[in-house]
Amino acid sequence: MKILLILPPLIPLTAAALSLLSWRWRSIQRVLAVAGTAGLLGTALALLDQVWRKGIQATQVGGWPAPFGITLVADLFSAIMVVLAGLTGLAVAVYSLASMDARREEHGYYPLMHTLLMGVCGAFLTGDLFNLYVWFEVMLMASFVLLALGGERAQMEGAIKYVTLNLISSALFLAAVGMLYGAAGTLNMADLARKLSHVAESGLVTTLALLFLVAFGIKAAVFPLFFWLPASYHTPPVAVSAIFAGLLTKVGVYALIRVFTLLFVQDVGFTHTLILVVAGLTMVTGVLGAIVQNEFRRILSFHIISQIGYMIMGLGLFTLPAVAGSVFYIVHHIIVKTNLFLVSGVARRLRGSYELKRLGGLYQACPGLSILFLIPALSLAGMPPLSGFFAKLSLVRAGLEGEQYAIVAAALGVSLLTLLSMTKIWAEAFWKEETKREPKQEAAIEPEPRASWSLLLWPIATLAALTVAMGVAAEPVFTLATRAAEQLMNPADYIRAVLGEGP
Amino acid sequence: METVLAFVIGALYAAGLYMMLRRSIVKLIIGLAILGHAANLLIFTASGLTRARSPIIPEALSRPLAPFADPLPQALILTAIVIGFGVQAFALVLIHRAVQTGGTDDLDKMKATDT
Repeated sequence: MKILLILPPLIPLTAAALSLLSWRWRSIQRVLAVAGTAGLLGTALALLDQVWRKGIQATQVGGWPAPFGITLVADLFSAIMVVLAGLTGLAVAVYSLASMDARREEHGYYPLMHTLLMGVCGAFLTGDLFNLYVWFEVMLMASFVLLALGGERAQMEGAIKYVTLNLISSALFLAAVGMLYGAAGTLNMADLARKLSHVAESGLVTTLALLFLVAFGIKAAVFPLFFWLPASYHTPPVAVSAIFAGLLTKVGVYALIRVFTLLFVQDVGFTHTLILVVAGLTMVTGVLGAIVQNEFRRILSFHIISQIGYMIMGLGLFTLPAVAGSVFYIVHHIIVKTNLFLVSGVARRLRGSYELKRLGGLYQACPGLSILFLIPALSLAGMPPLSGFFAKLSLVRAGLEGEQYAIVAAALGVSLLTLLSMTKIWAEAFWKEETKREPKQEAAIEPEPRASWSLLLWPIATLAALTVAMGVAAEPVFTLATRAAEQLMNPADYIRAVLGEGP
Repeated sequence: METVLAFVIGALYAAGLYMMLRRSIVKLIIGLAILGHAANLLIFTASGLTRARSPIIPEALSRPLAPFADPLPQALILTAIVIGFGVQAFALVLIHRAVQTGGTDDLDKMKATDT
């Protein structure tokens, strides 16, 4: 039994249970929030190190051999994703200490955050499709409550849309799992990868592949299934928005990449071309949606969608450098997007609003914060030498090598439009003269103790430093992404790690 | 039997989707519930129906007698039912609260967060 594989879901579970036990003592919950997420990040890094040195790790919980047991697998891609979950979790936990209001803390914000992280880590590590469904549900339940916690009217409306569309996606996923079991007789992903090539009706397999594409596509918010995202992500408190923006849609992307590199590779000409088309449309519609918005978090929400397009573009091209580009892009995106949401929270604290027309003069008030916004914003648009530049460079190069010029043109054009809307935020919120405040707004801004400011700014500064570091030292990260893509593109190692040296 | 169940499942999907397209928020939740049941029945049917043979190992034997029902889909459905129950309970509380704070159960009037 490899303990490192079990710890990533187990640590958040323990932290959630302990937080529930200390329901009345908020200070204990706050300590647990940081300790739990820091522990998660630590074990995730240890897991990544182990996978890097020893190859794909697999274990059977409960002791039944695969394909009957409960399989946990970590290849490099999974391990990278778990590290990112830990990193986002820790950053948001520290940020929450200073930004979450007492009422939400009293009503179980921290236990829910741990449960969310547990679901996310479980989804990254499981080697079984039905368990993936269960982990998805764990994650969704926690996210439903986090989204609705507080009970403001906007939150309720956002939550209803979010809950409905995610439940439809779950029902589709479940139906697809059922039919896949009927067709192949197994749900263990490694076993499926071996058996699907022997299923006689290749049309059925392609149909199932498309069902999975729709189910995961809703969760990943791809075109034309993304409408729940901009309707809900800007409604909860900013710490919740940040963890959603960083992690949730990426679980959908992870699932897409996993099933379309491991299971559904029979009809690449059809399925992956379709993914490529969807990727292009996702990029373009997302960025166009962002341009018309005038609210900090809504702009960022639409940019999540357009970035999802880049991530699945690599999957659609389906070559080794392209998938490596996707992995690199996911790493870059999670760090940058979480950071931008956290900055929007600070801006709101300074000016009492997310509306761009009410923000202003932030550069004069705090130049340091402006730099901290500018780094992830330019990185998102793909300015060298930040991480986004190398992420986009590798995808564009892969696109040119694959001679898919349309998607390359879309990627480059969307990049420019991203820069445009980041400049809009910069000009409106930071550069513009300070707008006259109404007396009502004045009341919303409370004087903050210094300690609270440092809790807000440390996560932002750390994530910004990581973006810069990933840009300056892109080589090691890129090597990591390439190794991860090699494992994804050669499923034989994955199958061997789970099933042993069987037939 | 499979044919009959296929029609039942199709009817359930149709009914669920129809209910979800209505404007009332309560019908939305009912529709979601029906959709979940349709998916469960689909798993049940797709994984093969076996009459009157439960996968229980008789005494003095080490494996169940030959044509027996596959226990795995049953376990899957059971899990899915439990999850579905939890989700629906949450959804009911959510719409109750939404009607309380919004003062309406008409989905067409809940557009404040749309873009």
